[in-house]
Amino acid sequence: MNLKKLPKKLLLKDGTMFDPSLDKLSKKDILIENNKIASIDSGIEDNKAKIIDCNGLVITHGFCDVHVHFREPGQEDKETLASGSLAALAGGFTRVCTMPNTSPPIDSPEAINFIIEKSLKCPIFIHPIGAVTKNQKGDELTEIQGMIKEGAIAISDDGFPISDAQVMRLALEYASMFDIPVINHAEDECLKNNGVMNEGNCSIRLGLKGSPSISESIMIQRDLELANLINTKIHVPHVSTSKGVLYIKRMKKLNPKISAEVTPHHLYFDDESLTSYNTNLKVAPPIRTEKDRKSLIKGIKDGTIDCIATDHAPHTIEEKESSFDMAPFGMIGLESCFGVINKILDLPINQKIKLITKNPRDIMGFDNNLFEIGSNVELTILNPKIEWIFNYNNIYSKSKNSPFIGEKLRGKVLYTLSKGYLADLSTKI
Amino acid sequence: MKQKHLLSLENFPANDLETIIETSFSFKEILERPIKKVPSLQGKTIVNLFFENSTRTRISFELAQKRLSADTVNFSASSSSLKKGESFKDTVQNIEAMKIDAVVMRHPSPGSSLLLTKYIDSVVINAGDGTHEHPTQAILDMTSLKEQFGKINGLKIGIIGDIAHSRVARSNIYGLNKMGAEVMVCGPSTLVPYEIESLGVKITHNLDEILDWADAINVLRIQLERMDRGLFPSVREYRNLFGITDERLQKHNKEIIIMHPGPMNRGVEIDSSVADGKSAIILDQVLNGVASRMAILYLFLGGNQNES
Repeated sequence: MNLKKLPKKLLLKDGTMFDPSLDKLSKKDILIENNKIASIDSGIEDNKAKIIDCNGLVITHGFCDVHVHFREPGQEDKETLASGSLAALAGGFTRVCTMPNTSPPIDSPEAINFIIEKSLKCPIFIHPIGAVTKNQKGDELTEIQGMIKEGAIAISDDGFPISDAQVMRLALEYASMFDIPVINHAEDECLKNNGVMNEGNCSIRLGLKGSPSISESIMIQRDLELANLINTKIHVPHVSTSKGVLYIKRMKKLNPKISAEVTPHHLYFDDESLTSYNTNLKVAPPIRTEKDRKSLIKGIKDGTIDCIATDHAPHTIEEKESSFDMAPFGMIGLESCFGVINKILDLPINQKIKLITKNPRDIMGFDNNLFEIGSNVELTILNPKIEWIFNYNNIYSKSKNSPFIGEKLRGKVLYTLSKGYLADLSTKI
Repeated sequence: MKQKHLLSLENFPANDLETIIETSFSFKEILERPIKKVPSLQGKTIVNLFFENSTRTRISFELAQKRLSADTVNFSASSSSLKKGESFKDTVQNIEAMKIDAVVMRHPSPGSSLLLTKYIDSVVINAGDGTHEHPTQAILDMTSLKEQFGKINGLKIGIIGDIAHSRVARSNIYGLNKMGAEVMVCGPSTLVPYEIESLGVKITHNLDEILDWADAINVLRIQLERMDRGLFPSVREYRNLFGITDERLQKHNKEIIIMHPGPMNRGVEIDSSVADGKSAIILDQVLNGVASRMAILYLFLGGNQNES
């Protein structure tokens, strides 16, 4: 990746512009001047501008990921806000929401301020998600108002499911005053029973401890009932099961403030892939069955699932080199995201792009008028058709724990324009 | 052998399995001689890596190696560099750097033997990887059945006990199915996952049903140490429901061959009177274990057929 400041004048020539907020594809040239959209028109000429030939390429909003782990503070050997930003740019992401399960966790206004201050120097927009409970212990609520004042965008104890239903109720009630999404990692720890993969035929054969799909769906249903009772915003992260999709679909009819995400890896793999004992496929919630995978895709198509989020979770090679039962949960996902979802989803390109632009931005309340004249440049330029093999050279995260290494993907981000920077990825395919 | 390593019976070719069982009988004949040693693996070095406690499997492998004249080195987790914080990868790569030919490994993690093949080039023999597989145990069990019945094809074999946590059960199911036997499993419903049916077995929770059906039963050790939760309420109740006692067997008025991979909890899953009775072939299994492991080491380490 070649990362530099945006030139004073940049002309995106002959591209197909896709505005996700209007759901409109059009052949336009875009002139950028001083990091702002200067004009959008056909046949723009400017001999002072640096030109990117966008013929055959799609120019759209910068991607937005509402679920990443950047490990700072505390585990900077895995990722930092700076290295995570590069991984994001490589995947076309200009905006991410970071989960608070760092060490120490982001559970106070001061901790939120730490992330905000550090993120100012980063080439992407980083929005911290604050913890729901102090120290993510699942007992006492954090100072949610204080965290929001410092810049928290949502609250979650991600990584640690809130097992006490009363605590979850209080969190939803308290958060409803501020109209922010509450995000609960839905895995019932008792039913999970230290499972390391999906419970089923495959876990039996591999001799690995299984976690049943109901460990997720039971908690999703509980959370949605609570949110419905309070009539408040709730966002369901990394849905992995058929039943989870079904319950969300039903409850959305009663409460329009429900939203849900799915990861690229749950859309791409099924538990049969684990017969290699590849620790990079050890994630929480686990990779489920082919039936679940198909339900997730159906859930995207019928609108039950609102957006794609990577759950980018870096871990060191040393940790992932251990045996499957001992390895930590999680995989990185920012760099491979677009190529994966573009390959696996048989949807029109505009619908796929909305899953990582407008839809997640709506959930978090981010501005969607990125093609307005005068607005700051936050764009991604991609080739939707190119086929390429994802490899180590495409990874900018400090960690390399991706099961997509060696996989043929379809569609690639070539340029990411963010916060006054131009990330050029066109040379490395 | 078509495969370089013996990791699992799930995808192991049936004809190679047959070859191993047949070769086991040739080696058993050697074990009956006054001088029980052949030079088949002279000059080969085998390391026994035991990351988990074992008495009989380790001794069985070691004897098999000595009978074949291989040089052996034993490693156990308690006396190892693992205690000093060295990783699994470093441990095995250091051992291999000393020029060895094969590794026999027992490890508590499922899939660890497959992982080992990624780190080293030597032949790997899985001596039990967590709750995954224990292929050499299944091979010695099948050798014992063949010895007893003259065939495996068409036999009805019951496996009784903690199926969920048993590597012996998994390897036996795969192996017996490949050799044409029928398998039924029996145990408390909390220890017999219903998905096991997809491996090609019948399930029952009624001991009398399986005793009525089976030609031979393999009684598994109730592994109290593997249970992090109360998967059955008490030893008394387990014994009432699934314990193999003389009274229970007499009800069926038929000959049933009794097997046990050991170590036994006498008075829990099996009574002494049964374990020491005339239908039990438990000690034959132990001797066949040495013979089968000789056959396995010989066939996987490329010994010369004429020498035996």
